[in-house]
Amino acid sequence: MNFHLFLIILSIFVALPIVFIVNHAFKPFTELFAYPPRFLVNNPTLENFRLLFNFSAESGIPLSRYVFNSLLMTTIVILLTLLVSSLAAFALSKLHFKGKHPFNKANTMALMFVPVAVAIPRFLIIDNLGIFNTYLAHIIPMLAMPIGIFLIKQFMDQIPDDLIEASKIDGAGNWRVYWHVMLPLVQPALVTVAILTFQAGWGNVESSTIFMDDESLRTLPFYMNTLISQSGNIVAGAGLGAVAGLVMFVPNLILFIILQNKVMDSMAHTGIK
Amino acid sequence: MENSIGGNRQFKHGLKRLADSPYLFILPYSLLFTLLIILPVTIAMAMSFTYFNTVQAPKFVGFQNYIDLFTGDTVFLQHAVTNTLMYAVIVGPIGYMLAFMLAWMLSQVPHKIRTIYTVIIYSPSVTGPIMMTVVWRVLFSGDQAGYLNYWLLNMNIIQEPLQWLKSPELLVPIMVLIGVWGSMGVGFLAMLAGLLNIDKTLYEAAYIDGIRNRWQEIFYITIPSMKPQMLFGAVMAIIGTFNASGIAATLSGGTPPPQYAGWLIVDHANDFGFVRFEMGYASAVTVVLLYIVILFNKISYKLFGDNK
Repeated sequence: MNFHLFLIILSIFVALPIVFIVNHAFKPFTELFAYPPRFLVNNPTLENFRLLFNFSAESGIPLSRYVFNSLLMTTIVILLTLLVSSLAAFALSKLHFKGKHPFNKANTMALMFVPVAVAIPRFLIIDNLGIFNTYLAHIIPMLAMPIGIFLIKQFMDQIPDDLIEASKIDGAGNWRVYWHVMLPLVQPALVTVAILTFQAGWGNVESSTIFMDDESLRTLPFYMNTLISQSGNIVAGAGLGAVAGLVMFVPNLILFIILQNKVMDSMAHTGIK
Repeated sequence: MENSIGGNRQFKHGLKRLADSPYLFILPYSLLFTLLIILPVTIAMAMSFTYFNTVQAPKFVGFQNYIDLFTGDTVFLQHAVTNTLMYAVIVGPIGYMLAFMLAWMLSQVPHKIRTIYTVIIYSPSVTGPIMMTVVWRVLFSGDQAGYLNYWLLNMNIIQEPLQWLKSPELLVPIMVLIGVWGSMGVGFLAMLAGLLNIDKTLYEAAYIDGIRNRWQEIFYITIPSMKPQMLFGAVMAIIGTFNASGIAATLSGGTPPPQYAGWLIVDHANDFGFVRFEMGYASAVTVVLLYIVILFNKISYKLFGDNK
């Protein structure tokens, strides 16, 4: 098919920067600054990875601390987001209450919300809540995720009401229906929201920059960012930066590859009517 | 005795009903929604009418910030607004059309190979800003050892190394290129999924009804059948472009970038908010941005919505 020719060429172009950074991360010193510059690595080494570890050891706070902060923050955010979003989505999709329709509309409107635009008021809110410089300041701002509610709700809309009526006749309350009927059925949507939350949490620099000034509470992407701006001056900077980029990117990619079937399944229901 | 048991039962029943109330399910999210979305927007709007330097209490100044913004702030008008609109108008529609075109092509190829293409095309959108900084800065490096310069010099296309990231005329196109490269995200996936879910019998019926070629098929069957996904994709494309900030500064390695090339509204707001601590003025900048975003979304709802 003639599509393949186009798709292959395009895929190569799209993938080039990624192929490049992978190669760059494994280049030894001499190749990073070789003239003429080489795109692919010749003698791969782990030198840059070792350098990254040493670099953080010197700065007083070990790399493991940033990794721990990031993992802890991301895990909690994912769990809470899934809980909060699925609860709300269940009510908005299957339960009847006053204000349901306006709420749905407001949430769809909020899909177009641009969080960067309200960084300043959010800072004031975090400060006034008294959670500046705490883990909560990493977690709470990430929990309002309109797209999460949206994805789960749209998925729930496809589930026939008869199923819920049947379990209600058997004596199940809303919580039982939510937990035993709905959650297992919307698993693809939950997985998708988990992935999106992971991407947002794992790469989140905003909370470390604006809501923290205690270095030991900051997260991995923040550290990687400062590393790159500092290491711009030192000679090994390019290799170090490539490693940092990979550390932030590869988990996202692997998760998507493993779970892409579920993602595609839930994406089919994303339409806005 | 009888009565108190009855009352107790009623009480328990009431408790059970309360525990089963739909409002309990929606409560946590409504609190967060109010705290993190409604409240910040309200505060931004309120602050935009004040002078607030974070030290003294905010002072009401009426429309002064907006007047300054639209009459005195040349950087805002000539660079921030122009760049943001240009970036959004170019990256948004190009990325969106490309996403649809790619999704459509992918829907025509077999499942296994489609998965591989999908992963490749989607992956740039999750690379993150750090990776971007590293890769593009090295590839577009301005000396003759920069990759692009070296290749172009070698092929005799240019005679001397170009300052890709330092000259405003080159920086902005590069920004757009990177923006499009990274824009095949959730919206693209949604459109692909929407395409794959279209009932195949619709096409057969359409051919019986006299549709003659692929183009007619796309315009009369495909797009109308996946309008909801098209709208979702459009909304995602819009927030994707307006969420961008600091690209030019990271690429050129300095804030502000040379001659404010690629300086966006968000950058302008952050500059006033977190560097000069003029929170009121920064808020006015933000409010303008929010209005622009709403305007763009209105347009896409007009184009793809159900017109209810």
